[in-house]
Amino acid sequence: MKENNDNNELGKLMIDQTSYTTRLSKSFKKRKPYMPEVPGAVISFIPGTIIEILVKEGSKVKAGDDLVILEAMKMFNRVKCPVTGVVKKVHIAPGMRVTRGTLLVEVE
Amino acid sequence: MALEKKIRELKEKREKLLLGGGEEAIEKQKAMGKNTARERILAILDEDSFCEYDMFVEHDARDFGMDKKQLPSDGVVIGTGTISGNPVAIFAQDFTVAGGSLGLMHSRKITKIMDHALKMRMPLIGINDSGGARIQEGVNSLAGYGEIFFRNTISSGVIPQISVILGPCAGGAVYSPALTDFVFVVENISKMFITGPEVIKTVLGEEISMEDLGGARVHCEVTGNAHFFASNEDECFSQIKKLISLVPRNNQVKADACPTLPPDSKYDIEKIVPGDPTLPYDVKDVIRSVTDGSEFFEIQELWAKNIVIGFGRMGGNTVGFVANQPLEMAGVLDVDSSDKAARFIRYCDAFNIPLITFVDLPGYLPGVDQEHAGVIRHGAKVLYAYSEATVPKLTVILRKAYGGGYIAMSSRHLRADFVFAWPAAEIAVMGPEGAANIIFRKEITTASNPDEMRKQKVEEYKEKFANPYVAASRGYVDSVIEPAETRKLLLHALEISANKQESMPAKKHGLPPF
Repeated sequence: MKENNDNNELGKLMIDQTSYTTRLSKSFKKRKPYMPEVPGAVISFIPGTIIEILVKEGSKVKAGDDLVILEAMKMFNRVKCPVTGVVKKVHIAPGMRVTRGTLLVEVE
Repeated sequence: MALEKKIRELKEKREKLLLGGGEEAIEKQKAMGKNTARERILAILDEDSFCEYDMFVEHDARDFGMDKKQLPSDGVVIGTGTISGNPVAIFAQDFTVAGGSLGLMHSRKITKIMDHALKMRMPLIGINDSGGARIQEGVNSLAGYGEIFFRNTISSGVIPQISVILGPCAGGAVYSPALTDFVFVVENISKMFITGPEVIKTVLGEEISMEDLGGARVHCEVTGNAHFFASNEDECFSQIKKLISLVPRNNQVKADACPTLPPDSKYDIEKIVPGDPTLPYDVKDVIRSVTDGSEFFEIQELWAKNIVIGFGRMGGNTVGFVANQPLEMAGVLDVDSSDKAARFIRYCDAFNIPLITFVDLPGYLPGVDQEHAGVIRHGAKVLYAYSEATVPKLTVILRKAYGGGYIAMSSRHLRADFVFAWPAAEIAVMGPEGAANIIFRKEITTASNPDEMRKQKVEEYKEKFANPYVAASRGYVDSVIEPAETRKLLLHALEISANKQESMPAKKHGLPPF
């Protein structure tokens, strides 16, 4: 059986305050640090295309207002505002394709 | 005279059918590095042992112009034969005939050979090479898949079931391999997925190649769906033959024994494991230092490498090995390694294969991703599988066995029959560093030199608990042994437990955490 030899160097793994010398798996090396959810950060819940942006930076928004129309799975999804506040930053433009988990809009 | 003519007629009919989808289609198949369905069967089985059934089966679909289409043997070859003299049932989908698509009669041929395999209590080998459901036959082809899945399930744990993916196997079709015991794949030939790259692109906008989505390497390294990786079909066929030689033909018998061979003297068991419990080594060398001829047939070699599983022989008989691998991720248990070990333990238990477990692990892998991926329920599978297994369970604690990991790895408490420990074994709730910091927190924080005090307390803890004798004093370890005695004692334990009788309380079935 052929092996990928790109993963054979030894690293360190800390468990219960003890440092072990061992190879680290690809998935372990690729893991992302955990980020707590920020209430005002609006993230795409599905990959798709931005059809329309309904707010501008500085717009006052209420929880439940539509922010963006995201086309995915042949449907226009209205991305709602999770909190009441002011739009701090719009990270997208119409026509953009976004993957799942992309930061779309920040509300303060 | 009349009979001679009839025989000639039969020969002509056979010759035509043996060509499957015809020479042009065969050429295309060859250009992809693939053998034809019948070539594959002949390569796996003993010479001259194949007996083909249902060569003359035809479909009777009428819609969408199917009434005018002839599909030789309806795109699948079935029959029986032997591998090293052991009977097996086999089917191979013929991609040269309508892309190996599965229609009603195609599925009836497969279920016929599956029923035969179960009735005759012999292994079933299924070679998958099919574009999927024969859409022209509508719900009949879905019915066909359902009948196959049902038989895979009821045969599970009765006869060994092997799936060989030698072409596309997509959509619902993948669930037959997923229900079987072992899946063999070949680089650049095997493709397995529920929804293909095209659908993923249209629906989700994600672009990925077929190989990256569901190729052989992905299923061996990432998903864990496949068990054996080969670079070409010939290598795959020898792996299948090897596996068949190691497992019993059904759950009522034991695998064929071989003459006993001593291990290769190049594996010096005392030199493999470093004394420092934080240093790595390859636990496969420990396995090879005890098996007959130092042979070890590893399963899922490329996935969840922090645990090693596979078959070897001891005293001529097949044994299943489960071992933490300190060389990979320090040998921790995590979601994937738990899943991998638990399924293998259940396989061995179903087929009367004794289990030998080599323990050397620091515990479970910490991390948000692990917790959120459900390491609780996945980790529980190992406890469940070991507890429920009634085959002989022999455990050797090589070095560290900390915390929940100690309990999970075939401990006395899960009814291991023999628990041996090497003299450097450390059986404790956690490693000395972590433990000392908790037990002596007050002493350490209030000391004038906390670092010095910590060192002293770690040493104190090591002295007191980081050894096998505390566990041995309670009878949790039967014997503290010299590494060089390992093979001898394992052979003894296997002999002693050859007629082990243990039964579970009557129940319909348990509820393992899956």
